[in-house]
Amino acid sequence: MTKKEKKELTKILITIIILFIVTLLPLDMKVKFILYIIAYLIVGYIVVIKAIQNILSGQVFDENFLMSIATIGAFITGEYIEAVLVMLLYQIGELFQSYAVGKSRKSITELMDIRPDYANIEVDGKVIKTDPEELKVGTTIIIKPGEKVPLDGIVEKGESTLDTSALTGESLPRKVTENDQVLSGCINKTGLLTARVTKEFEESTASKILDLVENASNKKAKAENFISKFAKYYTPIVVILALCLAFLPPIFIPEVTVLECIKRAMTFLVISCPCALVISVPLGFFGGIGGASRQGILIKGSNYMETLANTKTVVFDKTGTITEGKFQVVKVNAKQQEKLLELASLAESYSTHPIAEAIREKFSKKLDKKRVKKIKEIAGQGIQAEIDGKKVYVGNDKLLQSQKIKVPSTNELGTIVYVAEEKTCLGYIVIADKIKDNAKQAISELKQKSHVKQTIMLTGDKKEIADDIAKQVEIDKVHSELLPQDKVEQLEIILKKQTAKEKVAFVGDGINDAPVLTRADIGIAMGALGSDAAIEAADVVIMDDDISKISTAISLSQRTIRIVKQNIYFAIGIKVFFLLLGALGLANMMEAVFADVGVSIIAILNSMRTLKVSNKKR
Amino acid sequence: MKKSYKLENLDCAACAAKMEEAIKKVEGVNDVSVNFMLQKLKIDMNEENYDTIIKEIKRVCKKVEPDCKILDK
Repeated sequence: MTKKEKKELTKILITIIILFIVTLLPLDMKVKFILYIIAYLIVGYIVVIKAIQNILSGQVFDENFLMSIATIGAFITGEYIEAVLVMLLYQIGELFQSYAVGKSRKSITELMDIRPDYANIEVDGKVIKTDPEELKVGTTIIIKPGEKVPLDGIVEKGESTLDTSALTGESLPRKVTENDQVLSGCINKTGLLTARVTKEFEESTASKILDLVENASNKKAKAENFISKFAKYYTPIVVILALCLAFLPPIFIPEVTVLECIKRAMTFLVISCPCALVISVPLGFFGGIGGASRQGILIKGSNYMETLANTKTVVFDKTGTITEGKFQVVKVNAKQQEKLLELASLAESYSTHPIAEAIREKFSKKLDKKRVKKIKEIAGQGIQAEIDGKKVYVGNDKLLQSQKIKVPSTNELGTIVYVAEEKTCLGYIVIADKIKDNAKQAISELKQKSHVKQTIMLTGDKKEIADDIAKQVEIDKVHSELLPQDKVEQLEIILKKQTAKEKVAFVGDGINDAPVLTRADIGIAMGALGSDAAIEAADVVIMDDDISKISTAISLSQRTIRIVKQNIYFAIGIKVFFLLLGALGLANMMEAVFADVGVSIIAILNSMRTLKVSNKKR
Repeated sequence: MKKSYKLENLDCAACAAKMEEAIKKVEGVNDVSVNFMLQKLKIDMNEENYDTIIKEIKRVCKKVEPDCKILDK
């Protein structure tokens, strides 16, 4: 509880005590009246003062005004106890609401709290804590186990594992050692690290991400804009209706007294406070965005959440989303697989070509480079070398043909590297961009859980390879052999086919697909941790490269929108219902306050589900 | 020049919107956002007359929401 809330609570308690005294003790009417006034002033003077202040500064219609009018009206009509009780209930409601919102806000911001509080630097042989905002690029910082990495940097000394879950939602720890990059916001788990700062605080990953999430609530969704428009017209309309209610019936119906009608009008006014809506809708979005960020999904605005929820077509750029975006050995076809890999690795031991790297990675044992002699690279074909005194050829079919070696036939898809020793081919290695393990499942989840109607893959790759991948992961449509600019064109065609309500999302790895990312209704960048360009270009950023998070992001948005809508319908529905009751004289002032506070609290609690849901899924 | 301030006792989202409207009208303010959820005020304003602008902002805020305080960081 804040100081202000505690103060309010004390006032409420004092008022309750006074009310007890008044009702229990046989006091004189005059004394009772004075005590009522005192109780009223204790609990309600702030409301009355605020109402007067607001009127003086030209803002007439707000809830303080409504409450003051209603309670003072009750005093005038002689219902002292009702006046005090209404004000008391109102203040209890306000207190509870303030507490609930504060609590919710705290739990959301805590969830997103990746901001480092301090950095350790060494001064005169002593380690001291300093403000990370003051450190310059090039400063050496010390990160102890259990501490947050305060600034982006490069490890100079030490070895450790980092918990990146605050940034990526991924709980698998990442190993770092000398010359590796460390990102702010990660938690150092095991070892002491000395690192050189590479980015100042404002430019560091943690600051950037926080900035993004914080600014997200400034980009308002339609539902939020609706609320602010609603509030603008709503209050004047309600006041006019209340005036009609007070003065029209007595003119036309002689049996009703003016007094009775004024009372009804006041009840009507009390019921009309729109707080439930005004608070719960932004809170819902905020919770949704906060919950998503905890899972490593950054949504840059509530409006994008709305678009995500209506996504019916997901377009993938193949590389880096469906596939790993990295060459890997997918198959070794030979009688002696180990020997084949060893020969190939040795022959390729000095090459930096991605294919050579893939082969060496697969072999993964230490290479005795002394065994290799006379390495000769033949452009467009491969490598020729002497290993243990024997001639070895590693390359494509052309290389083997040029040496008059018989090439075994194959219909494998991908890049095929043959290995031959002297005059015989020992077998071949298939290298391809590997499909992510969970790609197929993630794409089926998109349809089943997130109600996406269509999935499309765009790629610059050859048709056979693209078709094969699409078949494996069960994607609906493929457009292959596209140049980068063709991708935008292709997306335009897809966009034209959609209705306005059905949105198209484009998923890319953020590397040279920025134009497509911005052109789509919603651009999602994957594997963006550490890549500023990707974070900049996309509307939704998935920090790691887990393809299943696309479905998570869409489902989460749908859930959030659903909760927000529930709140809007529920709050307006209840309000209208009670307004009718009030107008007909069926609800009294106390019930009115109860309805107002009750709806607010239920709506706030409901909003908090946006956060809870995402927690459960973790 | 961009500045961000923390707000204390900003109680309702409607008041935040009202504050935003009011601050927008202050001369020298280019852009402003009042974030109810984070209780933060972000202002983009002219560098010169900084003190008077801030004073004016504080004044209009007090008018809209007397309880709410703008804290200097």
